[in-house]
Order: sequence, then structure tokens, then C-alpha cells
Amino acid sequence: GLFVWHLKNTGVRQLPCRFVHLCRVANDRLITFQYFNFLKRMYVTQYNNDLSQRAKPKSEAVVSPFRELQQLDQEKKVVHKISPISPVQQPLSETSSKNELREMKSAADTEDLVTLVRARSKDDRQWKEMKLRLDDLPGILARLSKIKLTALVVSTASAGFAMAPVPFDLTCFLLASLGTGLASCAANSINQFFEVPFDSNMNRTKNRPLVRGQISPLLAVCFAASCGVPGIALLTLGVNPLTGALGAFNIFLYTCCYTPMKRMSIANTWVGAVVGAIPPVMGWTAATGSLDAGALLLGGILYSWQFPHFNALSWGLREDYSRGGYCMMSVTHPELCRRVALRHCLALIGLSTAAPVLDITTWTFPVVSLPINLYISYLGFRFYRDADRSSSRKLFFCSLWHLPMLLLVMFTCKKSFLEKEDKGDLLSEGPGRAMEIRLP
Amino acid sequence: PPAHSCNDWIGPPDKHSNLRPVIFYVPPEESPLERRLREARQEAQACDQRFWARHNRAFSQEKEEFIYSRLKAKGLEMRDETGQKATLNAEEMADFYKDFLSRNFRKHMQYNRDWYKRNFTITFLMGQVALVRALRWLRWKKKNVGN
Repeated sequence: GLFVWHLKNTGVRQLPCRFVHLCRVANDRLITFQYFNFLKRMYVTQYNNDLSQRAKPKSEAVVSPFRELQQLDQEKKVVHKISPISPVQQPLSETSSKNELREMKSAADTEDLVTLVRARSKDDRQWKEMKLRLDDLPGILARLSKIKLTALVVSTASAGFAMAPVPFDLTCFLLASLGTGLASCAANSINQFFEVPFDSNMNRTKNRPLVRGQISPLLAVCFAASCGVPGIALLTLGVNPLTGALGAFNIFLYTCCYTPMKRMSIANTWVGAVVGAIPPVMGWTAATGSLDAGALLLGGILYSWQFPHFNALSWGLREDYSRGGYCMMSVTHPELCRRVALRHCLALIGLSTAAPVLDITTWTFPVVSLPINLYISYLGFRFYRDADRSSSRKLFFCSLWHLPMLLLVMFTCKKSFLEKEDKGDLLSEGPGRAMEIRLP
Repeated sequence: PPAHSCNDWIGPPDKHSNLRPVIFYVPPEESPLERRLREARQEAQACDQRFWARHNRAFSQEKEEFIYSRLKAKGLEMRDETGQKATLNAEEMADFYKDFLSRNFRKHMQYNRDWYKRNFTITFLMGQVALVRALRWLRWKKKNVGN
């Protein structure tokens, strides 16, 4: 339902008929991916967001899903995280003919881009009454909570849940997803609450609700509390305390560590990557109740993914970062920025190979994922060597489809629960047992 | 904003600071608490406006100077034959961005501290005002229901 709503609101008319197709629709704003566990298809929606903030936006835009993407001039970009402005991009898929819009809106925007741009420029020049209208409220809260980024975060958590080697429990899955979503909304709102004057000065984020005075800071904090408290409570009581603790920790990490650190030290990027890595770990612990090697591997994959994603994005936003006072590697240590991105692209290859070793997937996974991992590593290398706009953009856009694809392949190569059981003493049980559990 | 309005009004972003100015509504029976809130917000607005206007102006000015000095070093003029303003590419500008960021680091740290303090104070005051108003409304409701 959430995805449908998103798609409808973003004006992507062609998407509904694409629901059943496993494909990526590269909207100038959206790349959708939807998880249909029972159909074994994953369809994830990604919205380009500003990457400035990565850490898991469980709170925040996932950098991957958690990161906020930053705006790239007038170019269009698929925003993964927080609204970034992206350059005009080549359609990533055959259906991306809709990309004629010039500006990417923040993930929070649910209006149609074209009308939005026109409406915005008119709106911007007028004085507005600071009165909250009830029918505007859902849209405002959606933008405040960075709903698209939240959706991405929830999908990575679902991926973690789906990869766990236990029988699929629908209630647990729904509770975990809802709890994670609420926690993400809370964290995103607090992040926006903290960053009002800085957001006003950056192109990507200047249309946020608090910046535009559409909602008062008090209401933003109350909304965050009313999402965060039930969200964490739901995770702790309805799923398990470990997941709840991880959720609470992630909110703290995102709002109290990552957000202030963005302006203090370049180490924020690493903290942000951890924020991004925690949701799939949460999904896994929700399913199994414990922190296994598998959870850490999934977290590791998302952690590594954050770097090429964010570093490539931030390359084009150096002016805004510099003026806004954000300490980012791309501004202060450009060589390190590119090196780290490349390093983590290669790490992805290593992590993919570790998956079958840890009994999470079959050996098909590293083999099938090698092409896409090699491709992103190649782009990472080009970015490292060339250090220019076009290589950074290529790497960024690649990261947008690379993650959903990698997770999808991982899911389809998942080691069957049954298979593992078979390794045991099936002889004593007889054939009846084998029919009992169905796993993906 | 119209004279009969009972709300605050927010305007378009300022040219220099990119912040949106707010015109605050002063209710006739403003309580001391509400006055404190309004004054805190006005003062915060003035501080932010001052900081960002000066900061952004410094940024554009230093950027111009940087471009000018670099172009001169390369032996070019500020405007080429067609009259277009000459610009440097992103890689050359990167040096300027890095330098500007490190030069202004302390200033930003100070501003961050002040901003967080002001933000929390104002939000807390808003909470207090909202609570007082809610209690007042409840009391009024009870009185009316009683009548």
C-alpha cells in the first residue's frame, strides 16, 4: 500500500502497470522496487535524495536508502535519499522516457515535478500565512519524515528479514517493517528540525516544510516523538527487544551523532554509513532474534555500498557544502573521497563472496553478482582516476540500481532452509517432514 | 500581510541570507510568556539573518576574487570576446571551496552552538505556550459545559 501511494503521488502513471514486472523504472525522481515476498519479486523504490546525510535515516534517508542526496545543479538525478538535485540523466531503463523534468525534488515531494516547479517559483515569491491547514498536513508530514527515504529504509529492513534463514512469519514481518518505518520518520523529522537555516541555504533542501514555515518546530518535534515512541515500542514489544534497541540506537546515531557531525568532521560519512547499515540488521534480528554473522554481512554490504553512493553524489555538491559549512570529504580531502569510494566498491565483491561461506546464499550468488560488482568497481576506478563530474555521476547512478539488483540476486540465491535441514538426518524423519516448511 | 490577520506571515527567501523572514502577530492580550516567545523568535531571526547575509556575501566576494586571481595567473580576462563572464571549472574551484570551508570552520562551530541553543529554547517556549493555551481552553470548556 505504501508503495502504491508513493507511486501515485509521484505522478508516475506508468508504474501501476509495472508492478508485476521486475524492472526498474527510472523516473526522474523515482526508481521503484517493490518487494513481493510471496511473488519472490522485489521492487524497490528509490528516490534520489540528497546524500548529505547518510547515516541511516532510519531516520534519514537511507543513505543508500539512508543518505540524503544532494542536489546537483539543474541536473536531474534519481534521488536515493534526501532530495537532491540531480543533473539530467540518461534514462536508466527503457521506460525512463518520462525524464524531462529539470529538477529533482526532494524525496519528500510528492507533487508532480513539472507542476511543482512552476507552482514553486510562484509560491516562493509570495507571503504566506503561517497557519496549518489540516488537508495540507499529510503532505507536509510526508515531506518532514522524508517518506520516500523511509520507504527505502523499510525495504532494506525487509531485505534483511527476507534473507534470514527462518520460516517466514508475516505478522513479525509487518510489525518489524512498521516499527522501522516509524523510527525512520522520527529520525528524519528531528534531522530536519536541527537543520533549518542550513537547509535554507542549500538548493537541494530549501523547500522543506520547516524551512518554508509550513509547520512549526514544536509540531515537528511532537510528530517525531509520536512516531518514534510507538515505533520503538512496537519493535521492542511486538518483535523483540534486540530489534527495538537497534532501532533506538539508530535514531540516536542519526540525530545526535551524524547530524551534528556533518558540520564538525569528515568522520560523519562513516557514522552515516553505519546508520545505513543498521536497518537490514534490524530486519534480520526481527526474524531470528539474534545477531548472526548473516546480519553483520548484510549490514556490511549496505555499509560498503554507502561510500560509492554518497561520495559520488557529494562530488557535485561541493560548492553548496562549502558555503553551508558542511565538512565533507569531497571538499576537504578529495583524494581520500575517491579512494574510499573505490575501496568499498571492491569490498562489495569480497562481501558477496563471503555470503555463501556463511551459509546465507548458495555459491551462485557471488558468481551472478560478480558482473555488477565488477561494473561498479570499474566506475569507482574511473571516478578515482578521472575525478570529474561525469565519472562521479556515472558512479552515483550505477549505485542506484546496483543495490536493488544485488539484494534481489541475493534473495533469489538464498540458501533454502529446507536444504539446510536436509543436510541433517532426514533419513530418520521420512519424506513427510520435507513438505512441511516452505521457504523462498 | 493583511491587517486583520491573526497569524504570523512568512515571506519569500531573502536575497542574501536565503532565510525566510517572518512577521509576527502580536495579539492584543499577549501574556508575558507569549511575549518572551515572540521576542526570542525575533531575536533569533535577526541573528540568523545577520550571520547568513554576511557569510553568503563573503562567499561570493571571495569567490569572485579567487576567480579573478586565477584567471589573471592564466593570463585571461574576466570576460572573453563574446562578453560572457569567464569561469573556472569545478576542479579549479575545488581549491577555493576547501580553503573557504577551513577558514570559516571556527565561525561555523560558534554559529552551530548558538543555533542549537536558540532552537531548543524557542521550541521549549512554544511548548510552554501551547500547554498554557490548552489548559486555558479546557478550563473555558468546562465552564461552558457547566453553564
